[in-house]
Amino acid sequence: MSSDDKPRGRLIKAPENFLDPAGIRQVFAEAKSGRRDFMRKAFVAAGAAAAAPLALATSNPVQAGEGDPNILTLPEHSKGLGQAVATEGYGKPSRYEANVQRRQSPGLTQTAQASVSFAPLQSLFGIVTPSGLHFERHHQGWWDIDPSKHRLMLNGSDASMLKKAMVFTMDELMRLPSVSRFHFIECGANTGMEWGNVAVPTVQYSHGMLSCSEFTGVPLRILLDLAGVDYKKAHYVLAEGADGSSMTRTIPMEMVESGEVLVAYGQNGEMLRPEQGYPLRLVVPGVQGVSWVKYLRRIEVGDQPYASKDEAVHYIDLVPGGQHRQYSSIQECKSVVTTPSGGQVLLDQGFYNISGLAWSGRGRIKRVDVSVDGGRNWRSARLEGAVLPKCLTRFNIDWVWDGKPALIQSRAMDETGYVQPSYKQLREVRGTRSIYHNNAVQTWLVQEDGEVKNVQLS
Amino acid sequence: MSSSPKFAMLGLFGTLLLATAALAQPARDFPGVGRAATPKEIAAWDIDVRPDFKGLPKGSGSVARGQEVWEGKCAQCHGIFGESGEVFAPLVGGTTPEDIKTGHVARLNDPSFPGRTTLMKVATVSTLWDYINRAMPWTAPKSLSTEEVYSVTAFLLNLGGIVPEDFVLSDQNIGAVQQRMPNRKGMTLDHALWPGKGLTKAKAPDTRAQACMKDCPAEAKISSFLPDHARNAHGNLAEQNRAVGPQHGADTSKPSGAPPQRRAEPAPAPKAAGAPTALLNKNSCSACHALASKLVGPSFQEIAKKHGERSDAIAYLSGKIRSGGVGVWGQIPMPAQTLSDADAATIAQWLKSGAPR
Repeated sequence: MSSDDKPRGRLIKAPENFLDPAGIRQVFAEAKSGRRDFMRKAFVAAGAAAAAPLALATSNPVQAGEGDPNILTLPEHSKGLGQAVATEGYGKPSRYEANVQRRQSPGLTQTAQASVSFAPLQSLFGIVTPSGLHFERHHQGWWDIDPSKHRLMLNGSDASMLKKAMVFTMDELMRLPSVSRFHFIECGANTGMEWGNVAVPTVQYSHGMLSCSEFTGVPLRILLDLAGVDYKKAHYVLAEGADGSSMTRTIPMEMVESGEVLVAYGQNGEMLRPEQGYPLRLVVPGVQGVSWVKYLRRIEVGDQPYASKDEAVHYIDLVPGGQHRQYSSIQECKSVVTTPSGGQVLLDQGFYNISGLAWSGRGRIKRVDVSVDGGRNWRSARLEGAVLPKCLTRFNIDWVWDGKPALIQSRAMDETGYVQPSYKQLREVRGTRSIYHNNAVQTWLVQEDGEVKNVQLS
Repeated sequence: MSSSPKFAMLGLFGTLLLATAALAQPARDFPGVGRAATPKEIAAWDIDVRPDFKGLPKGSGSVARGQEVWEGKCAQCHGIFGESGEVFAPLVGGTTPEDIKTGHVARLNDPSFPGRTTLMKVATVSTLWDYINRAMPWTAPKSLSTEEVYSVTAFLLNLGGIVPEDFVLSDQNIGAVQQRMPNRKGMTLDHALWPGKGLTKAKAPDTRAQACMKDCPAEAKISSFLPDHARNAHGNLAEQNRAVGPQHGADTSKPSGAPPQRRAEPAPAPKAAGAPTALLNKNSCSACHALASKLVGPSFQEIAKKHGERSDAIAYLSGKIRSGGVGVWGQIPMPAQTLSDADAATIAQWLKSGAPR
């Protein structure tokens, strides 16, 4: 037995292991000692009759009598010949978009193969995540697998669970009737760094283990029917990946029987990206990303849950009393304002479109309310476009910024009537050490100088 | 004879009937798609082990043998005693003989205890066996024999004080070991986050927020925010936002209040001759070496500093990359690597040039 009492030192590892009590204590201590200054900086002029003029100039200056040289002098692209078709066989974003990248959170993991990259939510529009910006979570690195050699096997925990164990090629799976559906995927540990206190500056790091795509594939139910599964006996499905980690997760048969669980090969009109499990992954709508097994090689049907490594060592939620919640899977109703959001600067006073994302693992979004005064008063936002079940929903609401400090929040409600909780409400039942399933209301502080910061209220 | 108009009519009618039937009840047997799996195929892939030990292969392994395997294949990342947090979260520690009696790890209730080790969390010994068998060692998963998996599991259990030093773990006694797992009663199914029937207990979600709209009881105080010294900890946020838009990124390389970047600058050209990142990842070098900080092995920049000046640097470094070794940087051995001469030389060349970013 190694020393029980020896402190373990720093421990900020993969997202399910990043709690670092020493670090948290330090941040709390600094927050306490520095709060007075901070509050003064943020709020000193809040009570003043008129806001002090901003240090920022107006965002669209005009020199009297002359005009904008961008208008007065015709640019090269108005006076020359542009580039040819198919200059790029697979088109790329503008070179001016180079800041829009998925990123790792510094210090979160020690290796890049067991790590996560976060989607840049602050720069995305609508509900679809461009496939190249989809967040990544790999446990043992990603692969680009030859689809002609990939196989899907379907078997039972014993032979009585189905009529025959089967094997499918990709060619065969792609011959079957397909469906295409939009769904969000969120890592169970999304926003996990923020359970105890503010830990990251931007929405990319606080909420960026979230993406949404149109997935195309075959309902798993079709394959189980084909193999003659005995649904009276087989209450659980185990999905298993073909990569080194061979991720396994238990999925309830009721979900599969409903037809919503897909064996998917398509993503946003093309094949899955290798980082997302090319050529085959499971789609489990409304359930945390770890269950959406990538590089899917095998489906087993059985009469008991499996307590796999990712449902008995990782992805278990510590709650007050020292118990861990096991088989926690649903991503509950949640929302976040993506613009304006942490790490940004408002260029001027005046009109802004507050915009964000809402989603629920239990169905459709019914309503999103937005507050700019830290939750005292709320207005309901416009839900844009299609409002689909277990899918991101974009919301927008008008706002005129008067230059005073503001606390921006969003609060979503889903079709079951469930309302997204505040940090206080969530911590009352789950404490601060859960790591997983943090769906609390997010607060952004807009300072007088226009800079937006990630804050938590009490 | 189908030349008779009567037969033709019947034939047409029959076709219509068939078409209607096909529309109403599409074929769900999908002829030509899929085939039966062979017993050998199933045996090759069906490796999962359930808590009731269904799927566990017959076999055994000793703590002593486990220690040998551990020191050769596991200690690099997990430490000699499973205690290391350098690469992954620690596996061992935080459990007591009392926990083995009660079945619940008492330290899970102690917020001041740093971190949670695997043995503090895991309730089912089947999970450990399955985890090691399917996913370990990290860079060579599924390479251990059944005996090695039993042995390494036994060694870990011994480090946790769950089995004695002379123990031989087997399919026959693993059920008894389950009754000694320190956190075997540590899981709860009292929640509403399972998307099926039966397994979990709670029917309703655990929070019951209300959607108050006006003059709501609000939390007025800011209780947590990033300290100033962490302002640039995630890199310059000005470079992490689009260069045009309603808001621009804050220049966190400067103190709060600095004016934002205004103009859309063209993307910088790709840097020439930087780190051969793809190569380092492909060959799993980056699993143990980082650019500037020590991981399992020394950083690339340390290596460059120590050996880059040698006249035979490229030959020396290529050789070391391929053969591995121990003793130059400490007692954790680097295993031999199977990569081409050309790839090894590319990496060596980069190291010789100082391992630039």
